[in-house]
Amino acid sequence: MRRGWQTSALTSARSLLRALLFAAPVLAIGALLPPLQPLLAPAAVANEAAPLVADEVTEKRLLAISEELRCLVCQNETLAASQAELANDLRREIRGLIKDGKSDAEIMDFLVSRYGDFVRYRPPLKSSTLLLWLGPAALLLIGIFALFRYLRQRNVAIAATPLSADEARRADALLNAGSADNSDQHGNKS
Amino acid sequence: MNKFLWPLVGFAVLVALLGVGLTLNPRDVPSPLVGKPAPAFTLKQLGAADQTFSPQDLRGKVWLLNVWASWCVSCRQEHPLLVEFGKKQAVPLIGLNYKELRGDGGVDMSRIGADDEERQARQRAAGWLEAHGNPYTLTALDLDGRVGIDYGVYGVPETYVIDKAGIIRLKHTGPLTPEALSGKIMPLVAELSK
Repeated sequence: MRRGWQTSALTSARSLLRALLFAAPVLAIGALLPPLQPLLAPAAVANEAAPLVADEVTEKRLLAISEELRCLVCQNETLAASQAELANDLRREIRGLIKDGKSDAEIMDFLVSRYGDFVRYRPPLKSSTLLLWLGPAALLLIGIFALFRYLRQRNVAIAATPLSADEARRADALLNAGSADNSDQHGNKS
Repeated sequence: MNKFLWPLVGFAVLVALLGVGLTLNPRDVPSPLVGKPAPAFTLKQLGAADQTFSPQDLRGKVWLLNVWASWCVSCRQEHPLLVEFGKKQAVPLIGLNYKELRGDGGVDMSRIGADDEERQARQRAAGWLEAHGNPYTLTALDLDGRVGIDYGVYGVPETYVIDKAGIIRLKHTGPLTPEALSGKIMPLVAELSK
């Protein structure tokens, strides 16, 4: 019976929500009336929910397939997560196809032939989706190439401009003064 | 100068792309059914309870399939256009009544049996057509939405143009507009009817 909770993330999330909703007033009353708590609390958790589905294997496959599919109505939700009317219908269809012994690929084809590639969260690699699949990698390569070119140019520019005699003397003076300060500080501290 | 120009160019390109993106309609999902044969079905007709309709019946004719329901608000919006269109009697206009009862969120389906569902659906659909005008040559009842799934319906209303060979030539999602009707659908119907 306990297995009923794990049948489907969807149904269990829903029943959990519902349970919370119904339990809330009971718990609130329970909190207000501490002496009654032992009496009220068991009522809220009395019976475990009966399993909502008979066939766990089917539901697992349904969940796996529908997580790959987009709900056409909400567009940014998977078919597994969506509560839209159409999503319910499509899950029912998929359940039927699974029971008919169709493979995952056949079920995917069933939906793509009706709703197009848009229904898939993982678009197939073909000429119209090349940019989508290869675009990020191409951008990365272009970025790396630009970075290398920039760094090389900078190295050349730096190497090509040696210090003048005056600049070298000033740099020496600063560096020496710095080391003298440092030794002073060390001296003071110790 | 070049150093400051490039980010500006990049920014301008980005703005242009986003601007184009704003003009696109994300609800407008291209249908893979365009150019394919209209899926076959046989459904009971509204009005004549003992008669059925199947796309096969209209082979050799150009016709329009309009998906509607009485609970669909956008259908009310496009309906005057369809009524006008129906008056011309140019081509058959078939209504596909989509989930008349089940699609209506306000109806508790667990209390309604199959016979009762059909009876109530007929009553509601007929009542709606009486109130708003009936432009349809006939209306087929898709009570459970299965035919809708075969046609890739994901929202109501939707309109299909089907040619003489039974091939879907155009799918319009959302309410029809005067522009879509006179700019796209009518010319296509005229061309296909030749």
